[in-house]
Amino acid sequence: MNLVIAGQTKEYPEGLTVSRLIEAEKVATPQYVSVSLNDEFVKSGDFGSTVLREGDSVEFLYFMGGGG
Amino acid sequence: MSFTNEQLERYSRHIILQEIGARGQSKLLKARVLIIGAGGLGAPAALYLAAAGVGTIGLVDGDAVDLSNLQRQIIHSTRTIGQSKVESARQTLAALNPEVKVLTHQGLLKADNVLELFRDYDFIIDGTDNFPAKFLINDACVLTRKPFSHAGIIRFQGQLLTYVPGEGPCYRCVFENPPPPDAVPTCRQAGVVGAMGGVIGSLQAMEAIKYLVGVGRLLTGFLLTYDALAMEFRKIKLPRRKNCAVCGPEPTITEPFDHEPPAACEL
Repeated sequence: MNLVIAGQTKEYPEGLTVSRLIEAEKVATPQYVSVSLNDEFVKSGDFGSTVLREGDSVEFLYFMGGGG
Repeated sequence: MSFTNEQLERYSRHIILQEIGARGQSKLLKARVLIIGAGGLGAPAALYLAAAGVGTIGLVDGDAVDLSNLQRQIIHSTRTIGQSKVESARQTLAALNPEVKVLTHQGLLKADNVLELFRDYDFIIDGTDNFPAKFLINDACVLTRKPFSHAGIIRFQGQLLTYVPGEGPCYRCVFENPPPPDAVPTCRQAGVVGAMGGVIGSLQAMEAIKYLVGVGRLLTGFLLTYDALAMEFRKIKLPRRKNCAVCGPEPTITEPFDHEPPAACEL
């Protein structure tokens, strides 16, 4: 199936969960990433149970604390 | 409001703009902006806002200027090493535009002073280097209905969002709680290119100017990310979190509070 990850279309096997996608995309800080799926935030407790579907759009949002 | 000849000349490039004009410049001259952190982000933001003639600029910072700051904090100078950052910044802004009133608040932003500090300002700029402060600014702005610009920078990357009360998500919608200290790298550990503060801090100043003048579209409901190595900007649409603890329909945060001590980024 095709997913749109951070604006780029990529092919992934059916049945992929948000947790598996985070692993596959090698997210640097997997336990602290925020995920929006089709314009809705996924609760971090639901990453393992949220199954992605054809055409889903996923954004990863990362903490960025610097500025001083 | 009528301008002096000096003002007409100083702000001529604004006044000639259809979107700003004399009316917009008058608004800027009456506006009050508070900048939290006179560092990598706060320095360019403060310089551009002072140059733009923002009438009152407040600066909050508890640190002194250190040699390692000067790679990016362009409001300070070798001559002011050892001085308090707010005083060093005040001198630079006064030299740039003596017409601007600079109010200095030496010290850290805390839950017990945030509401009083924010009260008299029209727009808040988050130029802080740690998550507890970023969450405190967000909560205080949501609770007191103040607009603010959030930003963060590290290495070759930066991001920002604008919050306007009643419009779009807040910072806590995106990130529910601060990460534990040291869970996410800081600039001291990971480094940051000085010009990164220039790019993102200037964008924060731009958002403040647009808000104060009342033109254009603000970065509400979006996170703008900048990857300098790939030279890519992305504008990511942000949903609201349905049960956001501070801006949701049934908030559990009803007053500002201090989070765990920061994993401080080098100021």
